[in-house]
Amino acid sequence: MLLKLIRRPSPSRAMVWLSPLIALALTLLSGVILFAFMGVDPAGALYAFFVEPLTSRYGWGELAVKATPLVLIAVALSIGFRAGVWNIGAEGQLILGAICGGGIALLFHDIEGFWILPLMILCGIAGGMAWAAIPAFLRTRFNANEILVSLMLTYVAGLFLSYLVHGPWRDTDGFNFPESRVFNASATLPTILSGTRLHLGAVMALAVVVAGWVLIARTLIGFQVKVIGEAPAAGRYAGFSVRRVIWFSLLLGGGAAGLAGLIEVAGPIGQLQPSISPGYGFTAIIVAFVGRLHPLGVLFAGLLMALSYLGGESAQITLNLPLAVTGVFQGMLLFFLLACDVLIHYRIRPASASAVKPS
Amino acid sequence: METLLPTLLTIITAATPLLYAALGEMVTEKSGVLNLGVEGMMLVGAVVAFAAMHATGSASVAILAGLLAGAALSSIFAVLVLGFQSSQVATGLALTIFGIGLSALLGQGLVGVAYNGLPKLPIPFLSEIPFLGPLLFDHDILVYGSFVAVPLVAWFLARTRPGLVLRAVGNSHDAAHAIGYPVLRIRFLAILFGGAMAGIAGAYLSLAYSPLWIENMSAGRGWIALALVVFATWRPWRVLAGAYLFGGITILQLHAQAIGVGVPPQVMSMLPYVATIVVLVLISRDQNKIKLNAPGCIGKPFHPTA
Repeated sequence: MLLKLIRRPSPSRAMVWLSPLIALALTLLSGVILFAFMGVDPAGALYAFFVEPLTSRYGWGELAVKATPLVLIAVALSIGFRAGVWNIGAEGQLILGAICGGGIALLFHDIEGFWILPLMILCGIAGGMAWAAIPAFLRTRFNANEILVSLMLTYVAGLFLSYLVHGPWRDTDGFNFPESRVFNASATLPTILSGTRLHLGAVMALAVVVAGWVLIARTLIGFQVKVIGEAPAAGRYAGFSVRRVIWFSLLLGGGAAGLAGLIEVAGPIGQLQPSISPGYGFTAIIVAFVGRLHPLGVLFAGLLMALSYLGGESAQITLNLPLAVTGVFQGMLLFFLLACDVLIHYRIRPASASAVKPS
Repeated sequence: METLLPTLLTIITAATPLLYAALGEMVTEKSGVLNLGVEGMMLVGAVVAFAAMHATGSASVAILAGLLAGAALSSIFAVLVLGFQSSQVATGLALTIFGIGLSALLGQGLVGVAYNGLPKLPIPFLSEIPFLGPLLFDHDILVYGSFVAVPLVAWFLARTRPGLVLRAVGNSHDAAHAIGYPVLRIRFLAILFGGAMAGIAGAYLSLAYSPLWIENMSAGRGWIALALVVFATWRPWRVLAGAYLFGGITILQLHAQAIGVGVPPQVMSMLPYVATIVVLVLISRDQNKIKLNAPGCIGKPFHPTA
């Protein structure tokens, strides 16, 4: 080993926010190498990926459309992650939100009414919460690992949605495609910027960012979440209930993911399909970490990840690059971030010969 | 009797990838490291093995390529977790997300290509025993490998010096370090072993189980393997039992779909995932049992100078 780690007396606050920037720079650098390796002009590819999507008004709207579910879910997940509750199944909770909220739209398909959309939103949130309640219950009652349970439920949710759109909820006039009927106007989120697909959901995401900040910085349960996450023994001594924090974290994450799912089907998609999310529930995990588990950071990280989705689509169209490049970029960013985070707690020094040899 | 043998044979093919992945992860966890990246390593192992098969036509090269790909991916995890002190949970998730993306990227030109699968290697004389012969002695190399791997791993962990050191490191890294064992080096090797086994599991999927490449073809098997390790309470022979139990459930629901029991196919396909949850609950219910068997330092970072 040529380098060694020396623990800082206290964590570096500057590094907490610099680390994502360094990680982003390293990801871009690796992107250049990756593109060169694939025989694509790196400058052109980076332009297609990160600049071209934002050269139009429509593009900016799309950025917000894609960032909305990511930010919504990541704000809630980051609160759970702070408590050490690993809800990895947000993708499944998103699907259940879409099913429950979308179910209302299909149930009242022939009825117009101002109350339909609010009811859909409530049912979407409730659906996500119900799905997240399963790992919460099994964890608190039977000590079953919430990572594995929530993840298994994601596969179950995907199959359930597939069953519904292939079976009972399939549009009988839909040329036999596995899709539900298209939601009517009262069951669709209104667009708020002409010439784009930007919809009311983006405003909800911003509201959730603010609410998330208030929750974590100004409420008792937010304080309990932080204490249980950072010093479980102190939390127990103070009489905070770990059980309560687990329930709270999972229901919060499930509710937010359910809302995100409802927003997707009532907004950009407008009906139920076998696939309603390009993995927003998983990408939101990366967003939460890149955003430093802080609502404001999550907002920026969500926009960045949304750009990587748009960039993937634009690079596919203009350069014929596979869409999977997006996933590789997202994974690399998280790797580099986790590596750079060592700088928060440690300094890196060249190991001198006289120092104790690190094993 | 007519249908029993084919059913048992398909259960073996369904159980083999789970067995490899879970056995590898168990050794990693025994050293005190939780690697949640099994799904990603399996997928990359699957696509690299399939690409190697496509390029060379040699099954042994393909298997080796899958093994190395899984190990290579796990080495990223090892460097981050051991060298950079990153969170094991977060890094493992990153590995899965990265592996899903990378495998989809690498597999671009391979969708739609198909092979005959791995050649069967019947063992002379033994394979001619009625029933038992075809059941146990007429398989491809990877199934034989999985039969051998379980006793080997069990023997390694229980009866060899390196195996005992590995368990000591997993149970108390501070004590192991104080005695002078190289904690980080042992963990690095254990992580590589887990990655290599996940790579082989992936190779089995794309070379033998369904000899083609489809994006996300592991379909959660990496996560089921993780659950199997808990189910097995970190014991190799129980990993074997668990893998065959889950292989059985997978095949059972496929057969039920084929017969047409009136349940929608999607609902039948939920069965392995639901069964995983049920099994996890049954095992985890008894906290003492988990505490007694789980490696003491699992998930905890180790810094030698701390």
